[in-house]
Amino acid sequence: MKSTALRTFRKAALAATLTLSLGLATAKADEQFFPLQSYRVGPYAAGGSGFFGGFIDYLNLINSRDGGVNGVKLTWQEGETQYEVERGVEVYERLKSHPGIAAWNPLSVGIAYALIDRVTQDKVPLLTINHGRTDSTDGRVFPYIFPLLLNPYSETSGIINYIGSKEGGIEKIKGKKIVVLYHGSPYGKETIPIYDLLAEKYGFTVQQIEVPHPGNEQQAQWLTIRRIKPDYVILRGWGVMNPVALKTAQRNGFPATKIIGNVWSNSEEDVIPAGDAAKGYTAITTQTSGSSYPVVQEIIKTLYDQGKGNLEDKKRIGSVYHNLGIVNGILNVEALRIAQAKFGVHTLSGDEVRWGFEHLQLSPERVKELGAENLFHSINVTWDNHEGDGRVTFQQWDGDKWKVVSDWISPDWKLLRPIIEKSAEAYAKEKSIKLRTAEDVDVIAK
Amino acid sequence: MDNAFDWTFFSEVLVGGLLAGVMYSLVAIGFVLIYKTSGVFNFAQGSMVLFAALTFVSLTERGLSFGAALAVTAAAMAVLGIVVENAVLRPLVNRPPVTLFMATLGLSYIIEGGAQLLWGAQVHALELGIQDTPLEVSGMLISKFDLIAAGISAGMVAVLSLFFRYTRTGLAFRAVADDTFAALAVGLRLPRIRTAVWIAAGLVSLVAGLLWGSRLGVQFSLSLVVLKALPVLVLGGFDSVPGVIVGGLLIGAFEKLAEVYLGPYVGGGIEGWFAYAIALLFLLIRPAGLFGGRTLERV
Repeated sequence: MKSTALRTFRKAALAATLTLSLGLATAKADEQFFPLQSYRVGPYAAGGSGFFGGFIDYLNLINSRDGGVNGVKLTWQEGETQYEVERGVEVYERLKSHPGIAAWNPLSVGIAYALIDRVTQDKVPLLTINHGRTDSTDGRVFPYIFPLLLNPYSETSGIINYIGSKEGGIEKIKGKKIVVLYHGSPYGKETIPIYDLLAEKYGFTVQQIEVPHPGNEQQAQWLTIRRIKPDYVILRGWGVMNPVALKTAQRNGFPATKIIGNVWSNSEEDVIPAGDAAKGYTAITTQTSGSSYPVVQEIIKTLYDQGKGNLEDKKRIGSVYHNLGIVNGILNVEALRIAQAKFGVHTLSGDEVRWGFEHLQLSPERVKELGAENLFHSINVTWDNHEGDGRVTFQQWDGDKWKVVSDWISPDWKLLRPIIEKSAEAYAKEKSIKLRTAEDVDVIAK
Repeated sequence: MDNAFDWTFFSEVLVGGLLAGVMYSLVAIGFVLIYKTSGVFNFAQGSMVLFAALTFVSLTERGLSFGAALAVTAAAMAVLGIVVENAVLRPLVNRPPVTLFMATLGLSYIIEGGAQLLWGAQVHALELGIQDTPLEVSGMLISKFDLIAAGISAGMVAVLSLFFRYTRTGLAFRAVADDTFAALAVGLRLPRIRTAVWIAAGLVSLVAGLLWGSRLGVQFSLSLVVLKALPVLVLGGFDSVPGVIVGGLLIGAFEKLAEVYLGPYVGGGIEGWFAYAIALLFLLIRPAGLFGGRTLERV
């Protein structure tokens, strides 16, 4: 107990010293800076420490192994947000003047929403990997926002396509009963119309049931579900709602094998507290878990074996959030590399990095070269498609670890794109934003 | 679904609600103990639940047996109670209630932060060896875990009732609660009694932490269970142990029935605020709650 506390104190003191020294230093010509609105304390600390741990590990790997991106050192500074929007904005205001900012990566829907206008004005990319505002996929309206790999609508379509594949074809889903159990928040409600749309298209019935925040009591919802007798329950949860859903399902005799979690219900933190009730539960992901991937092995060898890893608990290496952080690191670094190829090897401006993200195209072959084959599939960002057509896969919890149980699946982007464009255009009209065209992409603000 | 009213389902919702209500009461009892003897609304009760569960589960994960971890955690909760009473509340004695409330609010954040600093921010599973599988009774599925939890809660209420009625310290608690000045005048040592109450509240937190932790997993959100206890307190009365049991049963039953039968007409997700709506209604009709003592003051 004492040693844990001492270690934590030592880490905090070291972090404070590093923060101070980084804060005092101005970016040199060969540095690219990442301001990190992290959350390592508070209700969502488990997810935050995993994600930011993985992100920092990858940046550290690039510095230690390659001496930076083509020699440009990567630097970063953490500002604790506790996942609170006002703290996230405060960290933004505090760090936005730091020279050489590459991109913002808050991993928070609330903070991301609060920063849209700010980053657009400051011309620096804001990344919302696997989450964020769906219509920010439309780069015509949102030049600086990148919901990389997966936006909520694609996630919805990916889950339905997976259920289709389980049933032996999407046409076999006709007549099935699906319940969506969603978190009572704007995040939870965002996909309601998309499930309705897909139900109409594929002929299944959908009933969507809200769980009030935080979701620590769900008996009424699961009694209702048991009465409906659905073929599947899709869990669109967050935080404590997820393990409680699994436990209450068990208590009401509903099998975990018929529950499919969304991208924020897919981590070890969601299943471990549920114990045996989570066995057989399946969830969507854009990045698989595990530490066997070459890039994760390199992180272990280069950082953790040298005592330089960011996670305090080595058992968390390769967990869902840690690997998400690593993939986020890969996407940031590769965008920088692409931008450097265009603008030169030096500290880039935010707008130059934006250009890099708008040309972030990593084929499965390139992903393999990066040591991430099967960790994630590929990405194909363009100036008007800021999600980049990420593929999804599904993992099943066996009581101890996640196991991949599907191929890489493509959401129905063609179906979703007109809805996204309609919403983005409405936003543009409301904010008097002129729609960008392909010609605007190469115009770089200095 | 046909048009005939499904009484089995109704009974299932009702029983589920009553059992959930007992779990709410479990947290509310900790509030009552402290409020009853010191007039302090202890906002840190939820943090104490988290601290107890986190300490227990962290100790078991480090190899301590169930019994040893329970004993060490109980001792830790007792120490916490002593420290809180002596270092925080005693210096603030005779200050306005709002000052004491703010002190416990601050305390809540300190305990939460301290718990994470000491044990980390990871989530944990807590297995108490109670099977959480459904039991079929007359066509209804009833949770075994909830039944056992209700039994434990009932046992705890019985023990507390006996303690208040038949032990010297318990009688002293009641004397202080009835009239602080009279208790002082007859020589009761108020600081010692209040310290004992904080220790008792800490032990109640431990029981609540274990049962709720087993239900939700041990994680930061555990401290949010107080949100379920507040309407129970308003309904049952802030200073009545039997009151919070009845309050818990009513709140649990009302919110579940409302969610299932009214929810679909208003978009669902109503149980979170419905309990507070009932509590507010009660505040207007009967401010002291069902069983709470009314304060009469000469003006």
